[in-house]
Amino acid sequence: MECAIQFKNVTKTFGQVVANKDVTMEVYRGEILSVLGENGSGKTTLMNMLAGIYYQDSGQIFVDGKPVEIHSPRDAFELGIGMVHQHFKLVDVFTATENIALGLEKSERFDLKKVKERAREICDRYHFELDLDQKVYTMSVSQKQTLEIVKVLYREVDILILDEPTAVLTPQETEKLFEVIRNMQKDGKAIIIITHKLQEVLSVSDRVAILRKGEYVGAVPTSEASVDLLTEMMVGKKVELNIERPEAKNRVKRLDINHLTVVNSDGIKMLNNVSFDVYGGEILGIAGVSGNGQKELLEAIAGLQHTEGGSSVQFFPPFETDGVELLGKTPKAIRQAGVHLSFVPEDRLGMGLVGSMGMADNMMLKSYESGRLFMLDRKSPKLLAEQIKDSLGVVTPGISTPVSRLSGGNVQKVLVGREIAESPVVLMTAYAVRGLDINTSYTIYHLLNEQKEKGVAVIYVGEDLDVLLALCDRILVLCGGQVTGLLDGRTTTKEEVGRLMTTVNTVTGGSANE
Amino acid sequence: MSKGMTVKEPFLRIVKRDGVKRSTRLLTIAISIFAALIVDALFIFLVTGLNPFSVYGVMFQGTFGNRMRFSWAIRDIAGLLLVGIALAPVFKMKFWNIGAEGQILMGGLATALVMVYVGDKVPTVVLFLVMLVTSILAGALWAFLPAFFKAHWKTNETLFTLMMNYVATSIVACAVTILRGQASSLGKLNMKTKIGWFPAIFGERYTINILVVLVFTFAMYFYLKYTKQGYEISVVGESENTARYAGINVKKVIIRTVTLSGAICGLCGFLLVCGRDQTISVSTAGGRGFTAIIVAWLAKFNTFTMVLISFLLIFLEMGAGEISSAFGLNDYVADIISGVILFFILGSEFFANYKLIFRGKKAKEVQE
Repeated sequence: MECAIQFKNVTKTFGQVVANKDVTMEVYRGEILSVLGENGSGKTTLMNMLAGIYYQDSGQIFVDGKPVEIHSPRDAFELGIGMVHQHFKLVDVFTATENIALGLEKSERFDLKKVKERAREICDRYHFELDLDQKVYTMSVSQKQTLEIVKVLYREVDILILDEPTAVLTPQETEKLFEVIRNMQKDGKAIIIITHKLQEVLSVSDRVAILRKGEYVGAVPTSEASVDLLTEMMVGKKVELNIERPEAKNRVKRLDINHLTVVNSDGIKMLNNVSFDVYGGEILGIAGVSGNGQKELLEAIAGLQHTEGGSSVQFFPPFETDGVELLGKTPKAIRQAGVHLSFVPEDRLGMGLVGSMGMADNMMLKSYESGRLFMLDRKSPKLLAEQIKDSLGVVTPGISTPVSRLSGGNVQKVLVGREIAESPVVLMTAYAVRGLDINTSYTIYHLLNEQKEKGVAVIYVGEDLDVLLALCDRILVLCGGQVTGLLDGRTTTKEEVGRLMTTVNTVTGGSANE
Repeated sequence: MSKGMTVKEPFLRIVKRDGVKRSTRLLTIAISIFAALIVDALFIFLVTGLNPFSVYGVMFQGTFGNRMRFSWAIRDIAGLLLVGIALAPVFKMKFWNIGAEGQILMGGLATALVMVYVGDKVPTVVLFLVMLVTSILAGALWAFLPAFFKAHWKTNETLFTLMMNYVATSIVACAVTILRGQASSLGKLNMKTKIGWFPAIFGERYTINILVVLVFTFAMYFYLKYTKQGYEISVVGESENTARYAGINVKKVIIRTVTLSGAICGLCGFLLVCGRDQTISVSTAGGRGFTAIIVAWLAKFNTFTMVLISFLLIFLEMGAGEISSAFGLNDYVADIISGVILFFILGSEFFANYKLIFRGKKAKEVQE
C-alpha cells in the first residue's frame, strides 16, 4: 500500500512532560488504523501535530513522501488531513449547515444554499443521517459527532482522524459509526481512530499502532492481534484482565430513593420521578449515556442539588431502624447528622479536590473543622496523606506538591483514598476510572470490591458497559432522567443495557420534554 | 502557506516552566531591574541630557538621603502595606475588590467626624475606642454591601466596589465642605487642642501606625495559613464547586471575608487620620487602595513578601519625587523613569514562568 503519512523521529514536550518521544510511524492510503494506548500515552498529541494544533519540537512529518510544515488546521486541510476532536468544536446556536460553513476559505462566496447542497451529497454518499437545518443545541451527542465528521469531509480530506469517537456512544450508535467508517474506507480514505478500547480496535481496524508513554511500540495487523497481545504491548507487561465479583452478602437497605425529581436552571427535568433502593454489601451500577441525569442523581444524594417537592432520599444508618432524610440538607448538615456518605465526583480537580493544594491539605477538605477552636489541625491530615500515599502507591514528589501536578491516576487515588478513609456506609463514585491506565483502573475496582465486602453500599456510575457488566451486582439504567431498567448484572447483556440506554428521548432532545 | 514548500520552524515558541525555583525567580527579577536601569539610562541621557548615574544617585537619596526621609519612607510603606494585607484574603478568594480606596475613605471620615464632634466630650481613651470602632464599622459596611449582593445575586463585584469608591469620595467631599465652614480650606482637625491625635512616640505620631501594621503583617499571615477560616478562603478561591462539595457555606465565607477586608481598610483610614494627616480629604486614601492590589498580587498573598514589594513601590515613588525637584524636571519624566522599572519587574513574572525557544535551537538544549 502507498504510504500517505510518515512521522520521522517526532518529539513533543510540554514543560518537563515528554508527550511524544522520537516517534517514527506510517499511515497508509485507504486503511483504517487504530492508534491504541493508555491515557497519557501521547496518542492525541501525536495526531494533534498532524492536524495542526501543535507543532513538533523536533522531527519531521512527511505527506506523500514530501516533508511538510503544518502550522494550523488550515494547513492540515490543504494537505487533505482533518480531525474530529473528542470535545466537539461546534457553535451551539448555529444550524448544521452554518457550522459546516464556518471557517471556509474567505475567497469562496458565502452561499449557505450551496454549502447545504454539497453537504447533502456527502451525507448521501456515506449514508449519514443528518438534518442539515437542525440547530446544534438540540442535537444528541451522536448527531453532533456526525456533523463534525461531515464538516471535515466537506473540506475534501483523504485522511480523517477520529479522537475517541465512541467514548460517548451507545453500542448501537457505535455500530452505526463503524458502518460509516467502512463506507469512507471504500471511498479510498484513510481513517485513523484514536482509542483505548480493545474490542473496538479488533472489530473495525485493519492495523493497530501502539503507543506507550509517548513512545511508538510497534504496529500489528488486526488479523494477527488479540486482546492479550494488545494489552501487553500497551502496558508493557502481562495484565490479568478479569474483574472479580464476589457474591453480595448481608444486603441491608441503606438508601431509599423515592420520586426524586430535579429541574435544572433552564427548566429542563434532569431527573424525573426516580425511585430505587441501595443496599449495603453490593455494587449498584448506574448505566446511561453521559448527561442523562447521573450527575444530578449523585449530587442530589450528596446534598449539592436542589430537588423538587415530593422527592425523598432516606438514609438508614447501621444499628438504627429510623431513616434520616437527606434532601434539604447541606453536605455539612448531612455529615453532622452522622451520615457516613462518601462521594467521588466526576470532576476530580474541580469538585473533589483543590488542585493548587497538596495531598495533605486536600485530606482535610471535609474534616478541616475538627481542629480546636478556630485553628486547623494540620497534623492528622499529614499522617493520613502519608498513609494513603504508601498504601495506594501514589506517585508524587511529596504530600505538599499541588495535586494538579500529579497524573490523572494519582489524582484519583488521592480522592478515592480520602473518601474511603472516612469509613463510609454509602460510597458513590462517578466515572471512577475515566482516563485512568489499566493498572490503576484495576486498583480502583479492587478497592470498590473491598468496600463491598466490608458491607458498604457502593454506587458505581460508569460508561464502559463491559466493566459495568463484570463488576456490578445490579445495574440501574438511566435515560432522559428516568429509570428505564434495573437489571441483574450477572444475567443481563450488553445489548439489553444498550437498548435501555436509548429507550426514552434524551433530555438534549429539547423542550419537547417540558 | 505554500503547500509546505519552504520548510520553516516557527520563529518563537513559548514553553511553560514547571515548578519555578525561588532562585530562578530572584534571578529574573535582578536581571529585569538591571535591564530597566539600562533602558532608563538611555532615556535619561537621550531625552534630558543628564548623567544617568547622578540621576540614579539622587533617586536613591529619595529614600535613604537622611533620617527624616527614611522615616517617611517607613511611614508610607506601612500605609501601603496595611491595605495590601487587607486585600490579601479577598483576592486570594478571587473576589476582585477594587473598592479599598472607598473603604479607607469611609474609615477615615468616620474617624474625623468623631474626632471633631465627640473629641472634647469624652475621655481620651474612650475617644480613641469610639474612633476605632466607628472607622472599622464604616469600612466594613462599605465592603459588606458589594459582598452581600455578590453572594446572593452574583452581581459583578468589580463594578460594584468601583462605584462605591465614587460614592465614598463624594460623601467625603461633602463632609469636608461642612467641616471647613467659612475657612478657605480644612486644615488639621482640632489644631489647637490636638485631641484625637496619636501621641508622638520616638518623636513621631505615626510610630503607632507602624507598630499596628507590623502586628497585622504577622496576624494575617497566620490567619491565612493556620486557621479554618483561612483554609475556607483558599478553597472558595480555588473552586466554588469544591467548596460546596466540602460543605463550606460559600455565601457566608464571601461576605465574612470581604467584610473583614473592609474593616481593615477602615482601620487604615483611622490610622491615616489619627497618626499621619490629622485631617480628612478626598485624597486621604491617596491611591493606596489601587496600588495595594499590585502589592497583594505580586507577593502572592504572602504578607512578608508584601513588605518587600511595598518598599520597592515607595522607594520608586520617593525617588521620582526627588529627581523631579533636584533636577527641575517635569514630574512626568520622573514618573516615566520609575514606571519603566516597575514595568520591567512586573514583566519579569512572565520570564520566570515561561521559557522562550527561538528557531534553530536543538531539542537537546531545550531539554537542558
